[in-house]
Amino acid sequence: MSEHEYKPKSKVGQWFNDRLPLLTLANHLTDYPTPKNLNYWWTFGGILTFCLITQIVTGLTLAMHYIAHADMAFESVEHIMRDVNYGWLIRYIHANGASMFFLAVYIHIFRSLFYGSYKSPREIIWILGIIIYLLMMAAAFMGYVLPWGQMSFWGATVITNLFSAIPLVGEGIVTWLWGGYSVDNPTLTRFFTLHYLIPFLILGLVVLHIWALHVPGNNNPVGIDIKKPSKDTVPFHPYIVIKDGFALLMFMIVFAFFVFYSPNILGHADNYIEANPMVTPAHIVPEWYLLPFYAILRSVPDKLLGVVAMLSAILILAVLPWLDTSKIRSAVFRPLYRQFYWILVADVLILGYVGAMPAEGLYLLIARVATAYYFLHFLVILPILGFKEKTIPIPLSITEPVLGGNPNLAMAKQKESKIE
Amino acid sequence: MKTFIKFCSILGLILSIFSHSLAAEKVDYLKTDWSFKGLFGKFDRASLQRGYQVYTEVCAACHSMKYLSYRNLSEKGGPEFSVEQAKAIAASFEVVDGPNADGEMFTRPAKLSDKFVMPYENEKAAQAANGGAYPPDMSVLVKARGGGVDYIYSLLQGYETAPAGMILDEGVHYNKYMYGNKIKMSAPLSDGIIEYGDGTTASVEQMSKDVTTFLMWAAEPHLEARHRMGFKAIIYLIILTTLVYFSMKKIWSRIESEV
Repeated sequence: MSEHEYKPKSKVGQWFNDRLPLLTLANHLTDYPTPKNLNYWWTFGGILTFCLITQIVTGLTLAMHYIAHADMAFESVEHIMRDVNYGWLIRYIHANGASMFFLAVYIHIFRSLFYGSYKSPREIIWILGIIIYLLMMAAAFMGYVLPWGQMSFWGATVITNLFSAIPLVGEGIVTWLWGGYSVDNPTLTRFFTLHYLIPFLILGLVVLHIWALHVPGNNNPVGIDIKKPSKDTVPFHPYIVIKDGFALLMFMIVFAFFVFYSPNILGHADNYIEANPMVTPAHIVPEWYLLPFYAILRSVPDKLLGVVAMLSAILILAVLPWLDTSKIRSAVFRPLYRQFYWILVADVLILGYVGAMPAEGLYLLIARVATAYYFLHFLVILPILGFKEKTIPIPLSITEPVLGGNPNLAMAKQKESKIE
Repeated sequence: MKTFIKFCSILGLILSIFSHSLAAEKVDYLKTDWSFKGLFGKFDRASLQRGYQVYTEVCAACHSMKYLSYRNLSEKGGPEFSVEQAKAIAASFEVVDGPNADGEMFTRPAKLSDKFVMPYENEKAAQAANGGAYPPDMSVLVKARGGGVDYIYSLLQGYETAPAGMILDEGVHYNKYMYGNKIKMSAPLSDGIIEYGDGTTASVEQMSKDVTTFLMWAAEPHLEARHRMGFKAIIYLIILTTLVYFSMKKIWSRIESEV
């Protein structure tokens, strides 16, 4: 790798760098050879970093004014909204930021699924990503509890009660989680502590995620290995920095629209009612980004099996690199996989939709079919597809297809021009 | 670039489907023009002041508004009563303060810094006085109901005689827009129940609109600042995005690659 040859220009720089090679690291990050054919789906890594930092900064500010107490939490949030300078802005950024974070992470995950970024040699990056995703869900869930509204309280009750499905020790675990015999003040204070802790764990894992990425380098839309550095790559700075920056700004416009013009559209009205253990809301619904898993949970009639199904739906992703038997990474060259990919996308969206609906009648039936298909995709279709599918020949280098839209066409054109 | 734009529109579509599917019961609420909606939405000052009058003369008999202070009434972006008016409003309420040097609690006229005086001592007292139903606190009521302002506006005008065959218990009223159509609150407004200071005719429709506007402000006191800042922020972002786009084009033109 090129960074080993890096030598700072100044004497002071050299002295410092010999003792702590921060400048080498900075040099590695700016020079990092990146495939030049990355499309905009690849910009979400940078966007996610922005989301994480935004959540941490706004979260720290909120924590200065928030009071984690069952009697005061709701009021302190109103205090933030009314009396803290720009408190409304900070809270709306934080609340909508969670949704934006998940939006970006779903795009990031589905990009990986489409272009086979999880395949060898990038399994560790992928698994780290799944752990980050799990932690994000935990952080988001606990964050939603903090305002101590009706959905906070009842959402916490429903989700923590899932642990009671564990045989023998379930009830004990739930009491231990609650710090009592129901969701109450001890639950709130520990959720606040964990909600504060998890983002920093995520931050650490993100560093590992990027570190692991920088070993093999980025995958790319063509999905073939490329030489680094070569004519197929560009240095991260300025090429990728400016492109990521442009995409981030586009993302921020959408983000700003939510924050300033419909800050409550992604939340639930019931969460503006203070938590009341004596009144159960008509429908207990999680935040939109957890709905597909909520649908899977409710589609299984048995409680324990429902919890197992829900957890499996996430954990199955961790073994995806070994379930997908195809050697070809990018779906561009896998005509059959491409179709199944879009069916999976539709399947997850359907699960999200029925997750928001009452679990009865037609909705329940749809949820069951969609759940079954979700597992079928990963456990049956993917392993078989790798052996059966007739793939399109892949080009030898990304410079060939990168010049035109259609990789094969571009290859032909390239050859033509060479002949001329 | 094209795929990116395509993606953005798909994204918007998905989000709108989601928000639609998540919206509460789809009822056809009564519609009116809310001045505070839209990119430049602002409150109608006169309507807010009238709305406060409706709140204080009608709603406040049972509904608290515990997160608001009297000072809010003179703050920018709200009803914008003058400080003198707000002081006078505050002074017309008695609050319990203390203990004083003798250890006694005492009452005094409210000051700007005091929170809105609550109609009942506590939730139980409120329930006892209202046939077991707790009149919800109105501070964030608009945000705590699925239909928002349209729901409140409709509910206030939704009192009708119950359809034949529907049995209503003692103290329960029929309301077209209430969840389950049964409501403990009797119709709070009737034509001319109050006399507006500015001479506006106090019809049920007018009062409903005014008080709902007031409730919207109570729930979102910084709405005007938010809209103002939002517009500036988005314009700024669009300009910056454009500049960055052209910089990106220029930088990428150094190599044979599309961006």
